[in-house]
Amino acid sequence: MIGYILRRAAVALSVAFTVSVVSFLLLHLSGDLAVAIAGPEATPAQVEQIRLEYGLDRPLWVQYGEWLAGAVQFDFGRSFFFREDVSTLVLDRLPVTMTLGAIALAFAVVLAVPLGVVAAIRPNSWLDRVALTIAVAGQAMPSFWFALVLILVVGVQLRWLPISGNDTWQHFVLPAIALGYYATPAIMRLTRTGMLDVLSSDYIRTARAKGLRTSTVLVKHALRNAIIPVVALAAVQLGFMLGGSVVIETIFALHGLGHLAWESISRNDFPVVQAVVLILAMFYILLTFLADLLNAWLDPKIRVA
Amino acid sequence: MSIEIKKAVLSSAAVAAALAVAQPALAGKANDTLVYASDSEPESVSPYHNNVREGVILARNAWDTLLWRDPGSGEYVPLLATSWEWVDDKTLDVELRQGVTFHNGEPFDADDVVFTFNYVVTPEAKVVTKQNVEWIESAEKLGPYKVRIHTKGPFPAALEYLSGPTPIYPNEYFEKVGLEGYSKAPVGTGPYKITRVDVGKGVSLEKFDGYFKDSPRGEASIGKLEFRVIPDAETRVAELMTGGVDWIWRVPADQADQLEQMPNVEVLNAETMRVAYLAMDAAGRTAEDSPFKDIRVRRAVAHAIDRQAIVDNLVRGASRVMHAACFPSQFGCDMEAVKKYEYDPAKAKELLAEAGYKDGFKTDIYAYREREYTEAMMGYLRDVGIDANLHFLKYAALRDLQRAGKVPLNSQTWGSFSVNDVSAFTGVYFKGGPDDYAMDAEVTELLEKGDVTTDPAKRKELYREALQKIAEQAYWLPLFSYSTNYAFTSDLSFEAQPDEVVRFYMASWK
Repeated sequence: MIGYILRRAAVALSVAFTVSVVSFLLLHLSGDLAVAIAGPEATPAQVEQIRLEYGLDRPLWVQYGEWLAGAVQFDFGRSFFFREDVSTLVLDRLPVTMTLGAIALAFAVVLAVPLGVVAAIRPNSWLDRVALTIAVAGQAMPSFWFALVLILVVGVQLRWLPISGNDTWQHFVLPAIALGYYATPAIMRLTRTGMLDVLSSDYIRTARAKGLRTSTVLVKHALRNAIIPVVALAAVQLGFMLGGSVVIETIFALHGLGHLAWESISRNDFPVVQAVVLILAMFYILLTFLADLLNAWLDPKIRVA
Repeated sequence: MSIEIKKAVLSSAAVAAALAVAQPALAGKANDTLVYASDSEPESVSPYHNNVREGVILARNAWDTLLWRDPGSGEYVPLLATSWEWVDDKTLDVELRQGVTFHNGEPFDADDVVFTFNYVVTPEAKVVTKQNVEWIESAEKLGPYKVRIHTKGPFPAALEYLSGPTPIYPNEYFEKVGLEGYSKAPVGTGPYKITRVDVGKGVSLEKFDGYFKDSPRGEASIGKLEFRVIPDAETRVAELMTGGVDWIWRVPADQADQLEQMPNVEVLNAETMRVAYLAMDAAGRTAEDSPFKDIRVRRAVAHAIDRQAIVDNLVRGASRVMHAACFPSQFGCDMEAVKKYEYDPAKAKELLAEAGYKDGFKTDIYAYREREYTEAMMGYLRDVGIDANLHFLKYAALRDLQRAGKVPLNSQTWGSFSVNDVSAFTGVYFKGGPDDYAMDAEVTELLEKGDVTTDPAKRKELYREALQKIAEQAYWLPLFSYSTNYAFTSDLSFEAQPDEVVRFYMASWK
């Protein structure tokens, strides 16, 4: 098990390193940063001054090295745009994104797990098909489009919930649905497969033969076992959601990390973009790593593979 | 379910219910709060430390300047000053108003003006809007209510700058809290005071009851302003439709058409100072044999494009066809004095034939925004035989090429930073700088003289001559002004000006 953990950790670290290099290079290849920061109506002298001020005249690898040395200590430098430390900006916005991710995941699980159970009770029946359709629709719709539909229907037509901002818990409902719905099919299908496996096993037959109620058999005996891999999957999905929050936060004007990333991209605030990309990637890598460990702990076959 | 779990569920339900009651403040006339939304936020609320429109709006509503340009008449009138006088062409003496106080109660006097101007020119101030203060050498106190401003060179446009982008800070308060503190709790003398700054979310303002009574700007009418950052255009429209916000701007034409159908929303289309133009390589910077070195070819281009049709069908709204290389509200911009080129494709062909391009020629056209406008022009050019190949680039990339002298036909725009003086426009392109593709020594000289002549009448004359020569030589084809859509609740009475400085202190509820 230790060997397996070390191997996975090494993979996770190298992925993290690659992400940092790629995001750094992509941002630098997107054009002359000094011109971009100076704005459309700056003079050449102003551009040169900015190039010196931000150290953009130095070789790329020097800039990268310096940045990485800071990043491992959670020091991402100062924002070009806001006169504040990037780490302060990020910490300010992180709670909003975490709240959104948690609510979205809760929504996805609450919707997907019952759908998966229902689908497994009568596989290939019309019930199964309906459950599958509801779940797959979430993945088939682009989330920004679904978000706009929610705004129009729930916000403008019905006026049940606020459309933008993050002042109260109601403000999180629509964005969480838009974000969470996308994750339902994966969770639903894994629940369904797990339930089908478990339901055909001997101990369930025994439980049924003992005369236990169907609901007790399903929830207490079957779901408990079928849900374990789903937990690991949900962790990975949470990573996806944190990344997907860039679009959703922008649409619903939630002032979290995603919104910060979007704003910073449009104003070439390179240190902030860099930090947010890295932090979101780190979350994803960490969650995937934990999911791997969880799976390996549950299923010894994975460890040797 | 155990008792603990029940308790937990009940208490979270209670929290949820409490939150449900605590609804955010409603927008609108009923509680005298105007909520306005825009897509971005200023990096710092301090007016010298941000470069975005949203910051300009805050600056003009919460701060005062020495002079004020009356948006109706275009005249400069005293605001924090009472009178001013040029001692020589580099020295301006200003008498200040007495009895004015800042939002925090600090009295306004010469020390505040001297501090502000001497502070913003220091490199340590890290002013973002450098172009607005670069002309200032220093300020000196002549008396408790009298200051002297030294300019670096003769700078007649000083009056324009003193009436817009140079708000006055309170010296004592600023020195106490520093820039960081000031950005979080800024203080000015304007009709509105800033009560809260929420980085990333917005800014709250309240009518300043102590605003000096004889201000030419007048007292604000609406009690509270609330600025909200909503990045997505569709979300802003949805919020306006449901009354979550009262005022939005830069609404795309298709959404404006839809909003116009709403009973509770009003849409206002207004002209802006941004001007589209087509620059031609008259100096031969791109190639020795550039066809645009020939005045007949340049005039042919001017006659070939139906600018009115582009305005009517594509740009629409309050946009107008432009004839001079400036915007009409700018000091020195005389649209009527210059040669106008009517749409006349037959004449264009004739001119091309005379120049030796009977079968036309191939060239390259560069653009960075509104591709469809440029494509329309390319169609007109093709009709007279000029086959222009489009290069559509990001602004920064285009400007690099432009400054390197590689752009024969440049489809561009200029916004003049909303400065109402020709020096902020024409000079950028015709004073021999890296953006000059005419390189006309005579025009350069006229503009340079105009920039340093303090006598307004003489100054106007110099600019007029320069603009006439530019039009006569067809170095540049001014195309049209841009316009923008504002949309707001029909309870609001609101007027827009071309400088896109949103003057909420002049707005009121119906």
